[in-house]
Amino acid sequence: MADLLTVADLEVGFQTDSGLARVLDRVNFHVGRGEIVGLVGESGCGKTTLARAILGVLPANSARISSGVIDFDGRNLLAEDPQDLATEVRGRLITFVPQDPFSSFNPVFTIGAQIDELMKWKSPDAEPGSGRRYPRTRRRSDRARVVELLRTVQLPDPEGILKKYPHEVSGGQRQRLMIAMALLPEPQLIIADEPTTALDVTIQAQILKLLKRLAAERRVSVLFTTHDLGTAYEICDRVTVMYAGQEVESAPSDDFFAAPRHPYTKRLLESLPSREHGISGIPGQIPALIDPPSGCRFHPRCTSVSARCAAARPDVSEAGPDHLIRCHHPVEAAREAAS
Amino acid sequence: MTASGPDLLRLEGLEKYFPVRDVWKRRIGWLRAVDGVSLNVEKGEILGVVGESGCGKSTLGKTVMGIHRPTGGRIVFEGHDITQLKPHQSRELRRDLQYTYQDPGASLDPRWKIGKALDEPLVIHTDLDSAARRERVRDILEAVGLPESHLDLYPHEISGGQQRRVGLARILTLQPTLIVLDEPTSGLDVSVQATVLNLFLDLQKQFDLTYVFISHDLSVVRMICDRVAVMYLGKVVELGPTERLFSAPRHPYTRSLLSAIPEIGKQRITDTFWLEGEPPDPGNLPSGCRFRTRCPLAAPECAAEVPPLVEHLPDHADACLFSDRAVPGG
Repeated sequence: MADLLTVADLEVGFQTDSGLARVLDRVNFHVGRGEIVGLVGESGCGKTTLARAILGVLPANSARISSGVIDFDGRNLLAEDPQDLATEVRGRLITFVPQDPFSSFNPVFTIGAQIDELMKWKSPDAEPGSGRRYPRTRRRSDRARVVELLRTVQLPDPEGILKKYPHEVSGGQRQRLMIAMALLPEPQLIIADEPTTALDVTIQAQILKLLKRLAAERRVSVLFTTHDLGTAYEICDRVTVMYAGQEVESAPSDDFFAAPRHPYTKRLLESLPSREHGISGIPGQIPALIDPPSGCRFHPRCTSVSARCAAARPDVSEAGPDHLIRCHHPVEAAREAAS
Repeated sequence: MTASGPDLLRLEGLEKYFPVRDVWKRRIGWLRAVDGVSLNVEKGEILGVVGESGCGKSTLGKTVMGIHRPTGGRIVFEGHDITQLKPHQSRELRRDLQYTYQDPGASLDPRWKIGKALDEPLVIHTDLDSAARRERVRDILEAVGLPESHLDLYPHEISGGQQRRVGLARILTLQPTLIVLDEPTSGLDVSVQATVLNLFLDLQKQFDLTYVFISHDLSVVRMICDRVAVMYLGKVVELGPTERLFSAPRHPYTRSLLSAIPEIGKQRITDTFWLEGEPPDPGNLPSGCRFRTRCPLAAPECAAEVPPLVEHLPDHADACLFSDRAVPGG
């Protein structure tokens, strides 16, 4: 079966006062059915821009999509009518879990009222184009569905929590609510944008565990963006790494963490504090995207750099089964060395 | 590399309570942010203070610095009691005892060039003339690894990692002995974080510094601290040498905290993590041990009184009645 989501040669720029910032440079990316894919990179690498492009919520006045295809379940999201996307896709087939559960609720309405509003428009039973009507029978069945799902995400006293205001529940509970709201429309894909960054480690562990279990139970695909390789290791089936607007490596999780092949990925893994290799950073800085380095954008900081790297961007090559990299000088398979 | 110098800083039963008020501004209770913390910091060591948000670790740092006035207890720095100093009396002291804010961008004046920001502490604390000050600023800038051209830039023109370096340089111009680092790596990317951590270690050697390293990032703390204090809801629940605390944690809270850190190549925490529930409301704490509502080892005795911090092993203290028992499922 074809992949659920395929992004091909996507190029996105942002118009700024000092010129066009080339934030995504012909990015290729895919998410299989029922797969949890981690989109990993440091700040400014374009992972949030990619997630927003898929959702179709890039800022209209500054973002320029100059080429590419976003194919979701057979339809090109970039070519569809925006109105259809808003009613049929966004919030229905593709839902979103935000980074910050604190500012994502409206503080002046109860949680129940906000979930009702969601269900009125996006419930799996809602007729497309049913408009503002919310029949009482559907309201009742939706409410039962909501309460059941809140129980599934392990919120204590679901009926009680619906009567509360957002400030009355803790950060961990708010993120559970966000996950519940992302699941309620019974989507095919959930885009989770750094969903655990604002949480403490023990709460993060609980949320990751929950998300992993629910995705498997409901066979939902998850696109999980994070800057933390450790979190990606915890829940992802496959990992794609981005650097300065280019995807550099994509591989199944086990393969990826055992034998990274792109020099950037390898250095990134080594800069995690651990006792084996001490503390080692990557010298230099993330490039400005207005006038990015030519060819491979990592080449000014790379140790195995050659003239080819500045001249041409490397093509995708296969380094192993389902293991794709873009590099002229990949790291030799480190598996022998590691074992 | 455990340093065994004399105590540079000693906290004795330090308390910082914040009043909780209702809409009429009447006090309806106390939020015990720091509740009876006793610690000592030896000269030349790096003491880590870890815990989750709301555990009081930042309040502890700020109270030591005199930013908050302690509710009770004593702070002894270099043998002098500094608990009740008036602001003008403590000016001399501020030179030796320094604090770095969590967000370096917000602690630099956006309208001041870096050069002016670095000059200011010297104007306040020393009698040097402007040539000597410029000399000192240049030396420090080199020590933290920034080019001299940065003196003419504004804070928004440099990256987060560089702002962090400027924040450090600003403190180092005064040659302090103890620095409280409050979440010094939060908001940094891992590749930058590593270079900033190395900088801390280099500067510590070069300037003979002592750090109190406040962080929620346990893997960073493990890398650079000599000893670690674990806090939960205003209390230190475990205190010991880093290696021993990480390899054989004793308090059930420490054990759960450590088992929550993702470690690449190890068993996945999504398969192993066992702690349930969330910390109770700090304005309305349970009686006795504050962890008992989530603790798998909890027994009726835990509710009766607050377990004291006791050295069950040499140099390794914990505040649990049952820290010798194994945690079920852990």
